[in-house]
Amino acid sequence: MDFRLTKEQAMVQKMCREFAVNEIEPIAAEIDEQERYPHETVEKMRRYGLMGIQFPKELGGSGGDTICYSIAIEEAARFCGTTGCIISSHATLCAWPIYKYGTAEQKEKWLRPLISSTKTGAFGLTEPNAGTDAAGQQTIAVKQEDGSYIINGSKVFITGGGVASTYVIFAMTDKSKGTRGISAFIVDKDDPGFSIGKIEHKMGIRGSQTSELVFEDLHLPADRLLGKEGQGFKIAMTTLDGGRIGIASQALGIAQGALDQAVAYMKERVQFGRPISKFQGLQWMVADMETQIEAARLLVRRAAFNKDHGLPYNKEAAMAKLFASETAMEVTTKALQLFGGYGYIREYPMERMMRDAKITEIYEGTSQVQRMVIANNVLGK
Amino acid sequence: MKVIVCVKQVPDTSGKVAVKPDGTLDRASMATIINPDDKNAIEAALALKDETGCKTIVVTMGPPPAEGMLREIMAMGVDEAVLVSGREFGGSDTFATSQILAAAINKIGIEDDDIVLCGRQAIDGDTAQVGPQIAEKLGLPQITYAADIKVEGREVTVKRMLEDGYMTIKTQTPCLITAIKELNTPRYMSVGGIFDCYNKPMSVFDFNTLKDDPLIELDTIGLKGSPTNIFASFTPPQKGQGEMLEGADQKTVDVLVDKLLAKHII
Repeated sequence: MDFRLTKEQAMVQKMCREFAVNEIEPIAAEIDEQERYPHETVEKMRRYGLMGIQFPKELGGSGGDTICYSIAIEEAARFCGTTGCIISSHATLCAWPIYKYGTAEQKEKWLRPLISSTKTGAFGLTEPNAGTDAAGQQTIAVKQEDGSYIINGSKVFITGGGVASTYVIFAMTDKSKGTRGISAFIVDKDDPGFSIGKIEHKMGIRGSQTSELVFEDLHLPADRLLGKEGQGFKIAMTTLDGGRIGIASQALGIAQGALDQAVAYMKERVQFGRPISKFQGLQWMVADMETQIEAARLLVRRAAFNKDHGLPYNKEAAMAKLFASETAMEVTTKALQLFGGYGYIREYPMERMMRDAKITEIYEGTSQVQRMVIANNVLGK
Repeated sequence: MKVIVCVKQVPDTSGKVAVKPDGTLDRASMATIINPDDKNAIEAALALKDETGCKTIVVTMGPPPAEGMLREIMAMGVDEAVLVSGREFGGSDTFATSQILAAAINKIGIEDDDIVLCGRQAIDGDTAQVGPQIAEKLGLPQITYAADIKVEGREVTVKRMLEDGYMTIKTQTPCLITAIKELNTPRYMSVGGIFDCYNKPMSVFDFNTLKDDPLIELDTIGLKGSPTNIFASFTPPQKGQGEMLEGADQKTVDVLVDKLLAKHII
């Protein structure tokens, strides 16, 4: 058993940290304030291989593993929850299902541009009445005689909606079969019948655009079906298993970033004639924060390790996301408390980090869903 | 065409500076970085590679752990690395170092269309002597303080940044150029580059590899052969807060003159 990063993983960590300090941190507050998608950062991340870390070089990827992918998201989220979210949603929620379930032609046509061109991807599963209960899809895909599909319906809260070029979406092809009647499709932003609906104003990760997707007689040729007909629910669930490692990494990064900020502040802030880092009551808060973060990191890395080694990771990813996201919420709250009044004002990053942390307990499966997944693994369904 | 870049691993001076009892830097206990000006030289080499497809080789002299730095530079995109490493080379000053590096470059081989790039100076010694001395030993034309480099065939045009202005110089390859930070913005390692860098070729030139090179004089290498002796290294005391004199009257001027006289500045 070896807890150390490999030489390459350690180099990825060093590179990502340098990149985050120089390219991500300087604009983190601005993109939050202006609710601005950081196109310029995304372009640079693509140039350095951060948007396709875990994909093979033959497809234009960087040839890295899930640990490297997790490290990249953690390092980005340390300074900016938005940027961590952008890497995660693009690489795991859109690129990965095409990589895993796509035909060779689909990989060439849709995956390669996602990894090596300016295109980004998004994932459309959630609907107004199908959130945690993802099986309740109301978007309908009707198969035509020529094998093509006509899709009608809508999706909500879609990360990257409106900025992404490629979408993996889900629709009912046979309602009578329940979850086995759901199918996955690849949609291009310019497909007639596809449009972007309401763009949401969010509490956190405000630089990542979140929108509604609308399908009105969206006509997709047969080659847009991803996987087999009826395989959509499985595609969605396995995609989310991997996505949870990404969100757990994002939560871990936010928590680590908040602790880093708090520690630096505690050494500078003088009250009662000495730095507040000298007060034992506050030291104990820091000790708890550090312990929680390290425990979260071990869970995240374990889930990533399992994924890389072909071991089951459904439960491990759920535990990592559950623990890391709740850690992020708890640590950012404590870190803000350590900043006192300064933590509550926008001049310092604490309030942004706390707002960014909250989403990690909600998207890609709420903490309650993670507990369901874990319990099902332990008790059996 | 190939571009050879000379780099140095230096202590990270943004961290704690450790000094050994003999007055020299305790490099082993300090974090290390790629010398900042050398990163500009690396970027210039990679920009030439992007433009012309030329081969790029990085050379450093240092202990075996310097391999980590060379791998990082290859992860930025440099094709090959040479680590010049041997006990006999330890403690070399700029005179000895440039002799050894020149011999290493000689061994790699300089052809008519090649360019050698160095950073202007290292942040630990701050001498700016190694680049020019390598050029002298190799008999190459040298252009220092490069803020812009253009290469067309064998013609090289360099804009030098001097204290009081710019100077543009043309020369022919092969030549040696030293880079300053204004030359470019160094790129990062790429993730793909990281996964390639351990498969790229790295050669180690030890004492035996270089000892018979005509540029090496055995009595002027290493600590013993170095004409420079370091008596002490120390972190300079922080400058105190400046004193502001306000007012535009004769009295203020008199006070200022008295203070400058007292410090023997005027």
